[in-house]
Amino acid sequence: MILEIENLKTHYQTEQGVVKANDGITLAVGENEVVGLAGESGCGKSTLIRTIIRLVPKSAHVTADKMNFKGQDILAMPEKDFREKILWQGIGLVPQSAMNALNPVYRVGDQCIEAIQAHTDFSKAECEQIVKRLFDAVGLQAGMMKAYPHEFSGGMRQRSMIAMSLVLNPDLVIMDEPTTGLDVLVQERILRNIKEIRKMSESSVSILLITHDISVIAEMSDRIGIMYAGRLMEFAESMELFNEPYHPYTLGLKNAFPSIQALDRELISIPGSPPSLLGDLPGCLFAFRCPFVIPECEQERPPDLEIKPGHFVHCIRTDHVEEFRKLAGDKKTWQSSTSAT
Amino acid sequence: MAILDVSDLKQYFYLEPTFLAKLVGGKKPRIIKAVDGMSFSLEAGEILGLAGESGCGKSTCCLAIAKLREPTGGTIRYKENDIAEMSKEELRKYRREVQLIFQDPYESLNPRYTVFDLVAEPLRALTDKNKAEVRERTLETIAMAGLEPDEYKNRYPHQMSGGERQRVGIAQALVLEPNLVIADEPLSMLDVSIRAGILDLIRDLSERMNFSCIYVSHDLSILSNISERLMIMYLGRIMELGITKEVITEPLHPYAQALIAAVPIPDPAYTRPIPKIKGEVAQPIDPPPGCRFQTRCLQVMDICRGTEPPLKEVKPGHAVACHLY
Repeated sequence: MILEIENLKTHYQTEQGVVKANDGITLAVGENEVVGLAGESGCGKSTLIRTIIRLVPKSAHVTADKMNFKGQDILAMPEKDFREKILWQGIGLVPQSAMNALNPVYRVGDQCIEAIQAHTDFSKAECEQIVKRLFDAVGLQAGMMKAYPHEFSGGMRQRSMIAMSLVLNPDLVIMDEPTTGLDVLVQERILRNIKEIRKMSESSVSILLITHDISVIAEMSDRIGIMYAGRLMEFAESMELFNEPYHPYTLGLKNAFPSIQALDRELISIPGSPPSLLGDLPGCLFAFRCPFVIPECEQERPPDLEIKPGHFVHCIRTDHVEEFRKLAGDKKTWQSSTSAT
Repeated sequence: MAILDVSDLKQYFYLEPTFLAKLVGGKKPRIIKAVDGMSFSLEAGEILGLAGESGCGKSTCCLAIAKLREPTGGTIRYKENDIAEMSKEELRKYRREVQLIFQDPYESLNPRYTVFDLVAEPLRALTDKNKAEVRERTLETIAMAGLEPDEYKNRYPHQMSGGERQRVGIAQALVLEPNLVIADEPLSMLDVSIRAGILDLIRDLSERMNFSCIYVSHDLSILSNISERLMIMYLGRIMELGITKEVITEPLHPYAQALIAAVPIPDPAYTRPIPKIKGEVAQPIDPPPGCRFQTRCLQVMDICRGTEPPLKEVKPGHAVACHLY
């Protein structure tokens, strides 16, 4: 396993109380594997990334039973070691809206080279070779290394950020919404680049891909996690998650997502909106929007049940899944549950 | 009868060179042809989808139709009247009957107004209804948009979620009972789980109130779900226009084919074909003669470099602007 996280909690102390942005996340990323995390805004996706690479503010309270990167405990590791040994060389990051993450007054190539030189003793020529190879991999001409960010289109900037995240050959690259805000043709190109990079790299590279776009997740990931309100609702292999979903939220999301392959399918939304993460809510956090809720749901936090090997579900009513799957396709099921959005 | 008839609509912007460049280099102003000769009509009660990449002129076209910007050329006829030649009184009526739903429900609502005031404002500004009538109509519209009036009427925008705000935006657009609604990416800021609800709302209300709708989006999966006809634009021109289902399943134009092939499918078992297209999207500045798409097309022919293909009907109700057909 490249990355192992068990029962990760990131809580923020605010004036109104404790905000549980991540509350008991357990997941693992294997070697040469793409794990996709999907979820709506405010579900804690970005907090999870920031927690892993230690970009959460000092006021955040982070605890975990386990947080290992290649067997090393990265939670207990001193800040300096983490920055020098793990970041860039171990874990690369493609930040959200990477389009704006480049420094406008430096040439793009130089920004990549700077990252290499900060961590290694390679000569300038060696660095240039590395960057050139990666630019090639993401479909940018070597000449573009001399260009400034404003000369790049949005898609090109995004691709150069992906190249930059790979300069030190990390074992894991975390991508936060890598194609959000880009046009479909540009998005397609970037997704293809990511796949090509995985094929070409001499040592394997794992990817933790975070996005709200389930289509992108479905296309890219080996395993998928569905996040909601700071918790992981379901985690399974992609095919299994799509073909045999257990959690009502997963069922709902599947119904709500349009596809040009299914033109006649009726879309069904999930009424209501996610709960505030402030304070102590005892039960399942999806209970307020769940059409299959029973009183027990609101009393105790559901366990992360391993339904089948590697398939985890955060729900106490998994024994009724056949019935849920049947009912979830009916619009009335969802309308009756709560008041309208 | 077509409610809206757009013919040869053009919207150009001029890039003035700097004084020095003009003096030294003798540079002429460059022209951005944001919309360059669009012709289409909209039937009463129809939902027309407008798709294209960013910068292709979708929103510019909408602004011209809403008469928020004077077009450079072409005519827009609303119920057979040219909107450029409307009298002040007619224009007032036009503003009442044509409404916009905006992209960003976080930016487009006045934060100091309550939901009631937000929805009542168009009535106060454009009709002569009295206080009681305004009140009745406002509450009715809030309820129609799927919000419980008693619960929401006194709320401010910051007290609502994105989906609720977008419902207020829709109520604002519909309170005047418009005949034409222009929705510019109304879902792009919203989460997936609530998108379907807003789509249903627009569709149901369009049936119930019988208004026509131009629905603009870059997301073909959403358009395939809501629109009856679909129009695909590239650099200011219509590339393809037809029944949505037909355009999605059997696209004719090489650009439409590439665009549709690039749409990701929410199914891990599906392997997407590689779209047949090259290069990056060009700028609509001083476009070359001939077809706009020639620089990215893999099937480009000699004729494409010299002659601009007109939008012509190749199947009943399915038009394409390409020399291949």
